[in-house]
Amino acid sequence: MNFEFTEEQLMIRDAARDFAQRELLPGVIERDEKAIYPTEQVKKLGELGFLGMLVGLDYDGGGMDTISYVLAMEEISKIDSSVSVIMSVNNSLVCWGVEKYGTEEQKQKYLKPMARGEKIGAFLLSEPEAGSDATSQRTTAVDMGDHYLLNGTKNWITSGKSASTYIVIAQTHPELKHRGINALIVEADSEGISVGPHENKMGMRASDTHSVMFNNVKVPKENLLGEEGFGFKFAMKSLEGGRIGIASQALGIASGAYELALKYAQERKTFGKEIINHQAIAFKLADMATEIEAARFFCLKAAWLKDQGKPYGHASAMAKLYAAETAMKVTTEAVQIHGGYGYVKEYHVERLMRDAKLTQIYEGTSEIQKIVISRGLVD
Amino acid sequence: MKILVCISNVPDTTTKVKFKEGDSLFDDSGVQWIINPWDELALTRAMELKEDAGNSVNEICVIHVGGASADATLRKALAIGADKAVRIDACPADAYHVAGQIAEYLKENPFDIIFSGIESSDYNGSSVGAMIAEFMDYPGISSVTSVNLDDDDIQVNRAIPGGKQVIKTETPFVAVVQKGIANEPRIPSMRGIMMARKKPLEVKPAAELEVLTESIKFELPQEKGACKMIDSESTEQLVDLLKNEAKVL
Repeated sequence: MNFEFTEEQLMIRDAARDFAQRELLPGVIERDEKAIYPTEQVKKLGELGFLGMLVGLDYDGGGMDTISYVLAMEEISKIDSSVSVIMSVNNSLVCWGVEKYGTEEQKQKYLKPMARGEKIGAFLLSEPEAGSDATSQRTTAVDMGDHYLLNGTKNWITSGKSASTYIVIAQTHPELKHRGINALIVEADSEGISVGPHENKMGMRASDTHSVMFNNVKVPKENLLGEEGFGFKFAMKSLEGGRIGIASQALGIASGAYELALKYAQERKTFGKEIINHQAIAFKLADMATEIEAARFFCLKAAWLKDQGKPYGHASAMAKLYAAETAMKVTTEAVQIHGGYGYVKEYHVERLMRDAKLTQIYEGTSEIQKIVISRGLVD
Repeated sequence: MKILVCISNVPDTTTKVKFKEGDSLFDDSGVQWIINPWDELALTRAMELKEDAGNSVNEICVIHVGGASADATLRKALAIGADKAVRIDACPADAYHVAGQIAEYLKENPFDIIFSGIESSDYNGSSVGAMIAEFMDYPGISSVTSVNLDDDDIQVNRAIPGGKQVIKTETPFVAVVQKGIANEPRIPSMRGIMMARKKPLEVKPAAELEVLTESIKFELPQEKGACKMIDSESTEQLVDLLKNEAKVL
């Protein structure tokens, strides 16, 4: 085993840290409070190559490994997870799927601009009645011979409004159930698409989460991803990698809150000494540090398996479950350590606590991760 | 036109400074190394000059005098955009020694512009750039806040108390740069990081140069005393404390 990072991996971590400190920290509270989409920040993130860092160099990506991705996601999520969720979806759900299963034409047309960060991708799986139960797709993609006709509604879509390229999961052959589901690349400005209002969320308020409605939208046949009927499997495969992104995001939220709490505990005095010298606080910080380190190992293990070409679905489910639960616990404790100051916005930890909650829910709830993990135990 | 940027490898500015071996050596265990902030700005300005299509800058090389532990820092400079890196494999003794090593390299490998940060954030010697100019008999301009090229018309601004001085010069010259030379250091892009490993990092043997000084001992500054907060209305108490406790009145 080797616990050392390479020079490049460390350089990427430092670049992400510098970017987060310099570009994301200023204004993060206001963007959260007023739910302002981080347009300029995402543009700069794209220019540096973070939005397509996992895509190969041949397709204008960064050609980075997944371990580097974990390190970058952690650093960016320490400061602003509204930005890191855009980065995660673009990299590990949208670009990954097109690069892995797309045709050469699809890669040239859709992958390259997304890898360069010039266009943003969104992944449209969830529906009003198909969240955790992704097999119950109501959105239909009827085969019309030379095109698919898309109808239906998708919910909770990250980058729903800002994305130019959608990957839409839709049912083409209901009689085949999940084997009749297809994955289609859909251009967001296609006729018949309407985007619902910005969801007024509890956390990650600056990312644009929307419903997207399809009304007789024509999708060219050549925009099918993979084989006919591969859509459900495609979605599940994409989510396996997506979980590494969200697990790393949860890790970053936890470590960001922990770093703030550690600093505060060394400055704040009560009863004549810094509160870190009270065992009640010191033990909280010890638990936080230990659990964050464990979450980091989970994330890196899943990333390493993916980089080695080994199965990683089980490991990524464990990483997502553990990191999300850790994020919720650590951010709650970070607010507690800050006392009253933790409950106001300027100290950041209340925002991180609100952000942490979403990591237990999206891209597979903690309960769904337990289903994935438990099924893996007996396979 | 070729630009050489001198790079100092310095401890991260948040490093807790410790010494070892009877306080005669800096304890570098656990230290995170970074590009000296002024050198990083110099590199950024060099990149801007190269990217400006109106200029004839076609090569940026970074140079460092030191051991292999600086290679990561040099690769970061390559990731930011330098075309080539050179490390003179020597244990830097003092500014005279470092400048001498760079000058020896310059004699064999001429450059048009040599950028040096105004000081390094560790030893703060503020001497290397001027010494290189002296060794090479080049014009040396200190406190440089901007360098603009227009073919052979080179204009350099330097900060002076209360204003600036505009200087015209010719290549080759040494610019000792300070804050203002570039807005902010560049963050390496993902592609830049990947390309850095393909760029040359040459390690050159050190020249035989006399070392003129010897460092004997380091001392940390006195720790700051505890801060005493006084109510803004209590001017009498403030005067009393300044007079009788701090004894500054």
